[in-house]
Amino acid sequence: MTSNFQPNARGYYGEFGGAFIPEMLYPNVEELREQYLTILADPEFQAEYQLLLRDYVGRPTPLFEAKRLSARYNTRIYLKREDLCHTGAHKVNNTVGQILLAKRLGKTRIIAETGAGQHGVATATVCALMGMECIVYMGKTDTERQKPNVERMRLLGAKVVAVTSGSQTLKDATNEAIRDWIGNPVDTHYIIGSVVGPHPYPDLVARLQSIISEEMRKQLLEKVGRELPDYVVACVGGGSNAAGAFYHFLDEPSVQLVAVEAAGHGIHSGHSAATSVLGTPGIIHGSRTLLMQDEHGQITEPYSISAGLDYPGIGPLHAYLGASGRARFISIEDEQALTAVAECSRLEGIIPALETAHALAALGQLGAGPDDVVVINLSGRGDKDLETYMKYADKLK
Amino acid sequence: MQNRIQQAFARKGQNLLNVYFTAGYPSLHDTVPLIEALTEAGADLIEIGMPFSDPLADGPVIQQSSSVALANGMSLYVLFEQLREIRTKVPDTPLLLMGYLNPIMQFGMEKFCQAAAEAGVDGLILPDLPLVEYEEQYQPIFKKYGLQPVFLITPQTAPARIRHMDTLTDAFLYLVSGPGTTGGANTQAEGVQEAYFERIAAMNLRNPRLIGFGIGDKSSFQHAASHAHGAIIGSAFIRALEDAPDAPAAAKRFVASILN
Repeated sequence: MTSNFQPNARGYYGEFGGAFIPEMLYPNVEELREQYLTILADPEFQAEYQLLLRDYVGRPTPLFEAKRLSARYNTRIYLKREDLCHTGAHKVNNTVGQILLAKRLGKTRIIAETGAGQHGVATATVCALMGMECIVYMGKTDTERQKPNVERMRLLGAKVVAVTSGSQTLKDATNEAIRDWIGNPVDTHYIIGSVVGPHPYPDLVARLQSIISEEMRKQLLEKVGRELPDYVVACVGGGSNAAGAFYHFLDEPSVQLVAVEAAGHGIHSGHSAATSVLGTPGIIHGSRTLLMQDEHGQITEPYSISAGLDYPGIGPLHAYLGASGRARFISIEDEQALTAVAECSRLEGIIPALETAHALAALGQLGAGPDDVVVINLSGRGDKDLETYMKYADKLK
Repeated sequence: MQNRIQQAFARKGQNLLNVYFTAGYPSLHDTVPLIEALTEAGADLIEIGMPFSDPLADGPVIQQSSSVALANGMSLYVLFEQLREIRTKVPDTPLLLMGYLNPIMQFGMEKFCQAAAEAGVDGLILPDLPLVEYEEQYQPIFKKYGLQPVFLITPQTAPARIRHMDTLTDAFLYLVSGPGTTGGANTQAEGVQEAYFERIAAMNLRNPRLIGFGIGDKSSFQHAASHAHGAIIGSAFIRALEDAPDAPAAAKRFVASILN
C-alpha cells in the first residue's frame, strides 16, 4: 500500500522528523535504523511478538459499545479497551516489541523515560520478563504525582532515577535518558515510549502500536458491518496511542482523525501543553517537529494535570497530520478532563486514566451525528491517578 | 591563506589548550572580559558556549551554567552585541561558538552565520547538527561566511566517516575522550582510551586533533595532549568560575594551573 503518511528514508514526514543527534548517538541510532524494518518483518520476530501480545498483554483488546455514553452524546460510541492491556495501558504494545528488538541487537541493558509512569511500568515489566537490567528516568515532579507507578517499577526490579533538572517532568526525563545512552553506547537500548525522538523511533513506535487500529478495523466489521468508523479520537502527549489508533486509517480520508491535547489551565493561560496551537517548528529530542519554545528557541515548560500529556512537543507524524489537515486537533482543559473522568466512570463503569479522559472530554465537540461511529482509544486505566482524583473529589461529583 | 584556527596550530603545533565557557556565566557581561583574560593567560583557542535549555550532550556542570546564563538574560542577540568589538581586543585567538541547533534555527541559520562572521568568529561546534544535514543544507552558508564546522568523533565513529569529516573542515577534529556527556570522569579500562587516541592519530588526517570531555586539570590535559595536538577543557573551568568573585582573575589562575 502506498501511503502519504509514511516517513521517507531520512525519517521525514513532510518537513517534520529527521535525526538531529550528537555523534555519540550516531552509531546506535544508525544501527537501529538499518535493522528495524528487517527485524520487524522477520517471521520469527513476528511469531514471538504476536504470541506475547496474545498471551502476555491480553490482545486483542475488546472494542466495547458504550451505550450510555452514546445516548448521552447522541452518537454511536465505541471504546477501544487498551486499558485492559497488561500493565493498564497501550504502552506495553511498544515495549514488548522493543525488548524483542533489543535482544536481537544484542543489547543487555535497557533505559527508558517516563511521564505518567505507564511507559516506565511497561518497560520494567518486559525487562523482568526477559531478565534484562532496567533503568527508568522520571521527572521528580512526576515521581511525586504518580507514586503508585514508581512503586510498581521498583517491585518489578527496575531502578527509578528521579530527574531533578529543568521542569522535572517528561522532557527532562527524556534528556537524562538520552544522556545515559550517550554514556552507554554499546550495551544499552533506549526504549522510547512515544512516537518522538530521532528517526527511526517515531516510525518504530507507530508500527508497534499500529496493532490497535489493525484490531479496530476487524472488530468494527464484526460489530457495525464496516471497517471504517467516522471518527477515531485519541489523546496526544507525544502521541503513541494516537499513532496506533490512527495508523491503519491514515489513508482512509473518510475517517476523521481527532487528536486531543491538554490545554492545562487554558490554551493562553501560560499553563498549557497544547503544542499544536502553541508550538512552532524546532528541534526537540532529535526530531524536527512542533514544540513549545520562546522567541529565542529555548524550550518552555509545559503544564497539564496529566503527567502523560505534559510534554512540550508532539511526534513528527502528528505535526505533519496537523499541518496537512489530515487530523483535527482539539484542546481540553484540566477541569473538562476531570468531568470526563466522572462521566465515563458513572456511565460505563470504567475509570479512565487522566490522559485518556482528555479524549473522552472531546466527545461533545466532534459534531458527530446519531448514525456516526466514533471510536475512542481508551488508552489507559485510572488506577494510577486515584490520588489526583481524590484531591479533586469535589469536581468529580 | 590560513584561517585563524590553522594559524594557531601552525604557531604552536602541540599542547594547544582550548577553553570552553558558557556565555553569560557567571554573570551576563562576563563574556568579553573572560575572552580577554583567557587569551592573556595563554589559552590557544576559545569556545564560547551558547546556552540552551536542553543541552543533551552536556553533563550537570554545563547544564547548570546554561540555566544560570539564560536566567541572566543571555541570548544570541545579546551575545552578538557583546562580541561586536571583540576582534579589536583579541585579534588572533580563534573563537568558536558551541551550542545546539534549535536556538540557531529560531534566529535563522544564515542570519546567525552572518552575525558570527561579522563578530570575527572562526568556527562552529553544533553537536546536534548531523553530518548529513550539514552537507545537504548548511555547508554553502558556512562557506559563504568563512565559518569552519568542527565535527565530534567518538570511539564508535567509523574510520570512513572520520575521513569524510576530515575533508569537510579546515579547523580541527574534536575527539570525544570516551562514552559520556561533558564533565564526566574516565571510567574506561586502562589503555582503552589511549588505544583509541592512537588509532585516530595513525590515520594521518589532514586536520589536527583536540581531545575533549573529562579533561579537567594539568595531568589530564598533558595526558590527552600527548595523544593529540592539544585538549579542550570546559566543565572544570566552569566549576572554577562558580564561586569566584572576580571571573577574569579566576580564569587567569585556572589557565596558569593547566599550563604552568
